[in-house]
Amino acid sequence: MKNNFYKNRFLIFRRVVQISILLLFVGASHWGWTILKGNLSAAKVFDSFYLADPFAVIQMLFAGRIPSWDIVIGALIIVVLYALIAGRSFCSWVCPMNIITDLAQWLRKKFGLNQNVLKIKKNTRYWLLGLSLVLSIILGVAAFEFISPIGVLHRAIIYGVGISWWIVLGILFLDMFIKKNAWCGHLCPLGAFHSMISHKSMLKIYHKADKCTSCWDCKEVCPEVQVLEIIAKKDGLIRSGECTNCGRCIEICEENALEFSFLKINKS
Amino acid sequence: MSKEVKSRREWFKSLFQYTGLVGVGGVAWGTKVYEDKTAELVLRPPGALEEPDFVKACIKCGLCVEDCPYDTLQLAKPGTNLPIGTPYFTPREIPCYMCTDIPCVKICPTNALSEPLVSDIQESDEIKFNINKAEMGVAVLDTENCLAYWGIRCDACYRACPLIDDALILEYERNERTGKHALIKPKINVDSCTGCGMCEHACITEKAAIFVLPRELALGKVKTDYIKGWEKKDEQRIDTTDVYIDKGKTDKQTLDYLNNPNSLIDEE
Repeated sequence: MKNNFYKNRFLIFRRVVQISILLLFVGASHWGWTILKGNLSAAKVFDSFYLADPFAVIQMLFAGRIPSWDIVIGALIIVVLYALIAGRSFCSWVCPMNIITDLAQWLRKKFGLNQNVLKIKKNTRYWLLGLSLVLSIILGVAAFEFISPIGVLHRAIIYGVGISWWIVLGILFLDMFIKKNAWCGHLCPLGAFHSMISHKSMLKIYHKADKCTSCWDCKEVCPEVQVLEIIAKKDGLIRSGECTNCGRCIEICEENALEFSFLKINKS
Repeated sequence: MSKEVKSRREWFKSLFQYTGLVGVGGVAWGTKVYEDKTAELVLRPPGALEEPDFVKACIKCGLCVEDCPYDTLQLAKPGTNLPIGTPYFTPREIPCYMCTDIPCVKICPTNALSEPLVSDIQESDEIKFNINKAEMGVAVLDTENCLAYWGIRCDACYRACPLIDDALILEYERNERTGKHALIKPKINVDSCTGCGMCEHACITEKAAIFVLPRELALGKVKTDYIKGWEKKDEQRIDTTDVYIDKGKTDKQTLDYLNNPNSLIDEE
C-alpha cells in the first residue's frame, strides 16, 4: 500500500493541487472566500491584485483591445511564474481538463482501447494557436476563449453546469476512442502557448543515463513522448517546453534514473 | 523520380493538407464565434461597454457575478447562443437591484464594465458612482396585455421602479367603456429608464407585459433632418452631426441651380 502511494506520489500531489485551486475558486463563488476569486481566465488574489491568463490577454490584444493595467500585470505574473520557474506545469498541475484526459488515458488502458482513428501531428496545436490569433484579428474577439472547452469546464465547476458536460464528455471520448492524448497532447492551443514559453524554466526533469536499463516504462506513460529523446542515451535535462512536469516518468522508473531538478542542482 | 522532386512534392502535399485543415477548421470555428458574438438579445451588467467592445474586453473571469449581492448576474453557458462565459441577467428571474456602490463594476479587471459610464465626474476628477446613469436596456410595454390598459387597477411596475415618477410615470385617462372610471396607464420615459428590470420582475401577468430589451433593439432613431425644435436637448443633436455643405459652389451657382427648373428633372 505504501509502495502504491509512493508509486503515484506526484499523481496524488497533482490532484491535490488541481482540486485545491478549484476549491478556492468554488469557495470564493459560494462561501465568500477571498483567497482566490474568479476563475482561470482572471482571478483576484486576497482581494488585492489580479492574475490573468496571458494567452487570453494576447488574444484580446489581437482582437484590437488595449488591455487594462490590472490584467497586463496579472498576465505578466503568470508568464514569469511559468516561463522562469515552473515550466509547462499549468497543464498537469492546474488545468482541470488534465483530470478528464488522464481519466480517458486510464480508461484506454483499462479497456485495452488502442485504436487511433485519426492521425494528428503533435505540431497541430501550434497551427491552432496561430489560427486563434488570426481569427481574433478577423472577428475582433478572443477567438479561442469563445470555444475553449477548458473555460467551459472550469466555469461549469465554479458557477454551475448547463449543458457543459456534453462538451467535456466530447473531449473524454475524443481522447478515449479517436486518438490517444488528442486534446492535451495535440490540439490545445493553450498548451501550445505554455510549451512555447517554457523552454528556459528552472524546474525540469533530469535524466541519468547510467542508471537507465532501457525498459521504456517512462515512454509508455509519458503524454508527450517526444520530449524523452535523451532517455538511455545521455545524462541531462529534459529541455523541451512540451514537458508538462507531471512527474509520471519519475514515479514509474524502477531504477530512479529520472528526478525533478531545480536550476540543474541535483543531489547526486 | 529524383529524391529532391519527391520531397518537394511531399512538402507541397503537406502544405495543402495543413492549409485545408486550417481553412475548414477556421471557417467552422469562425462561424460559431461570429454567431455568438452577434447575439443581440442580451442584457449586460451596468456600465458595460457597447456590445462589440464589451465582448472584446470581457475576459470571462466571472468576478462581477461573484460580487453581485443579489445573484442577478450569470455567465452564459454553452447552448445559450450567447458569447460563452460573458455575464448577463434575466430580469424576470432576478432584476438588477441598482446597488449604489456598484460592486460588479468596481471589481471588473478589464474595464469591460466601465466606471465612467456609471459615474458623475466631479470637478476634482474624482469618480462618484451614479447607478442611475446605467443603460442596461430599456423597458417596453405591451399595452394589449397590460391590465392597467384594460381598465383594471394595477400599478405594480410603477411601484417597483427605482426611478418612480421619472422612468415610469402614470397617465390618467377617462375610461370610455364604463364612462365613470379612470384608466391609470403606466408609461415609460426612455431617457431615464436604466433597464434594471424591476418592473418586469414585478409585473403580475403570466408573461410580463412590461419587459426590458437592449436599447439597440427596442428603440428607433431619427436622423437630424427632423429635430424637436421646442426641446433644447434635442436641438443639440445637430451639433453632434456632420452636416454636408458643398463648398465648391459659389452663391451665384447655388442660386442658378435652384432657379433652373431643368435641374429638377432627371436626365434621360
